[in-house]
Amino acid sequence: MTMQELAVDRIRCDGSGFCAEVFPEMIQLDDWGYPIVAAGAVPEHLMAHARRAVASCPVLALKLRARAEAARR
Amino acid sequence: MTPLTLLDGPALDTPESYDSHVRRLGRAPQGSAAMVDLLDAAGLRGRGGAAFPVATKWRAVAQRSRGDAAVLANGAEGEPLSAKDRLLMETRPHLVLDGAVLAAQTVRAREVVLYVGEDHRRAHAVMQAALRERPADERRSIRVLAAPARYVAGEESAAVHFVNEGVALPTTVPPRPFERGIAGRPTLVQNVETLAHVALVARRGDAGPGTALLTMSGAVPRRGVVEVPQGSTIGEALARAGGAAPGGAVLLGGYFGGWVDLDQAVRMPVDAAWLRSQGLALGCGVVAVLPESRCGVAETARILGWLAEQSARQCGPCVFGLRAIAEAVQRIAGGAAESGDMQRVQRWSQQLAGRGACKHPDGAAGLLQSALRVFAEDFTMHELRRGCVAGARTVAA
Amino acid sequence: MAPAMNNTLLWYTARAAGLVSLVFLTAVMVLGLLARMRVEGRGWPRFLTAAVHRDLALLSLVFLVLHIVTAVVDPFTSLGLGAAVVPFGSYYRTFWLGLGTLSVELMLAVVLTSLLRRWIGQRVWRGVHWAAYAVWPMAVVHGIGTGTDAFSLWSLAITVACVASVAVALMWRIDFARRDPLHAERRAAAQVHTREPQPR
Repeated sequence: MTMQELAVDRIRCDGSGFCAEVFPEMIQLDDWGYPIVAAGAVPEHLMAHARRAVASCPVLALKLRARAEAARR
Repeated sequence: MTPLTLLDGPALDTPESYDSHVRRLGRAPQGSAAMVDLLDAAGLRGRGGAAFPVATKWRAVAQRSRGDAAVLANGAEGEPLSAKDRLLMETRPHLVLDGAVLAAQTVRAREVVLYVGEDHRRAHAVMQAALRERPADERRSIRVLAAPARYVAGEESAAVHFVNEGVALPTTVPPRPFERGIAGRPTLVQNVETLAHVALVARRGDAGPGTALLTMSGAVPRRGVVEVPQGSTIGEALARAGGAAPGGAVLLGGYFGGWVDLDQAVRMPVDAAWLRSQGLALGCGVVAVLPESRCGVAETARILGWLAEQSARQCGPCVFGLRAIAEAVQRIAGGAAESGDMQRVQRWSQQLAGRGACKHPDGAAGLLQSALRVFAEDFTMHELRRGCVAGARTVAA
Repeated sequence: MAPAMNNTLLWYTARAAGLVSLVFLTAVMVLGLLARMRVEGRGWPRFLTAAVHRDLALLSLVFLVLHIVTAVVDPFTSLGLGAAVVPFGSYYRTFWLGLGTLSVELMLAVVLTSLLRRWIGQRVWRGVHWAAYAVWPMAVVHGIGTGTDAFSLWSLAITVACVASVAVALMWRIDFARRDPLHAERRAAAQVHTREPQPR
């Protein structure tokens, strides 16, 4: 089962901040309201929250992607 | 046999003509799959700043090419302290063109774009004229574009974005240019100095580690571009520029690099991989000397202010974070630090890396962190408003 | 039971369901306009504005269905199913009714694309969502034009309150967009980095 991680499209993100409200375990906001996403895989028991956070983003800037793919970057 | 150098040949006050180039070096061989193996064996790394292995990049594009790939020769040179790309384009245009054509043949590209900074007017004119001296088939598939004179315009996705839509702003990656670039096709983006090295590697084969172009600037008697063998020390490069007084600091890699104590730097090799292992960067080869009498905090504040102004302004953390950091460091430099400024600067600088679409905020964070290390004493003195360790007048914010 | 009483019940239900739908839709419009304005208070996180916007939209569909079914079934209007599906296909107050039909169909498109947003992508979703700016005014005009009691005091009051709320929210939204620092920065920087197409 590939682990997933969160990624933010920084150009799309406009600092609405819903993601941090829905998934505070791994997303915080900086002094200007933009997300600071905890690095690393999303633990299995938090995946439901992660998916909800992705769905809540009004501009679809937050994504979940497989970790192996990220390591290649 | 002495390895061929980039700046070999006629004097550097005029561009070398195609005739002279061919007489001196012979015609370039045809690009082919074997070229990639040659580049592998030579261990050539990119000279745009990332020092990425050239063979790996070419392989990635060639694999995806269906005969329709593109090559972008990056001569934007937005780094203000760097002059090497300009010098190459102005005096050895055919080395750059040879490298670009070799790349196009190897990765099976249909077109080549020469991306030259719009304020490098002489380089522009020379490249256009040099293009007219080339064989007809090359003239048909190579064109010269003027890149906006902005720092981020030289970033690889920004360059591709400009070719595609006329806007030199970075885009979200993935997909990277080697996957989808100019007109959506696999695109090889390579610095012009790298391409010039390719032109030499193709002719001499795998003969030694080659050379590197460094731009010597700041407090040295003879500022300008020098070519040094890979692995020689920074001290040797400084000697070529007339030497530098001990003490003080060196800005290695330009605004995208970082500060190093001069006395440590002189012993370091000109080797991108080694420097990276030490948490430093050769970057685009800028070696700028700050003498002991000048204030590192003020200089850092000035650079950060410039970097903040040059932001593409697409990503919140860069627009607002970088600006806030620059303003705080400027306050500190001016002896007007507000309570909590140093802690804020530390906190914000740790939040910059990886939070933009491109590496601009990362570069600024790296520069700042190196400054906090190398000029630690000065920062403390400035924060306590007691002025400069450097003893110079504090620079007005 | 006299047929007249049944007719009146159907008519009142249709009318009431329509008005309730309009009030809900107005709330949906206002919340939609406020959704990205970082509105929050104690116990009301930002995402709740968007979430309630979505839930109310789905709820209003229930009342819309009730409104359409009772209106179609009502023998007084003799609408037939066709009028509910084909815009401007009824003989009864053709234009005003047609607006309602059109409005509902556009709303269905908005709702469907929203439910499928993650699969159709942001751009397509956003393009269709702009149709919402047509859905609501058409619903308002439909209500004024088809209701036989359109100018009764309370029906008028509700309509005026709805229009006023959306007008205020719209003005607030436009002002917010003008003042948004990130948007201003992006516009300014894009200009500096753009050049006219260069000759080949």
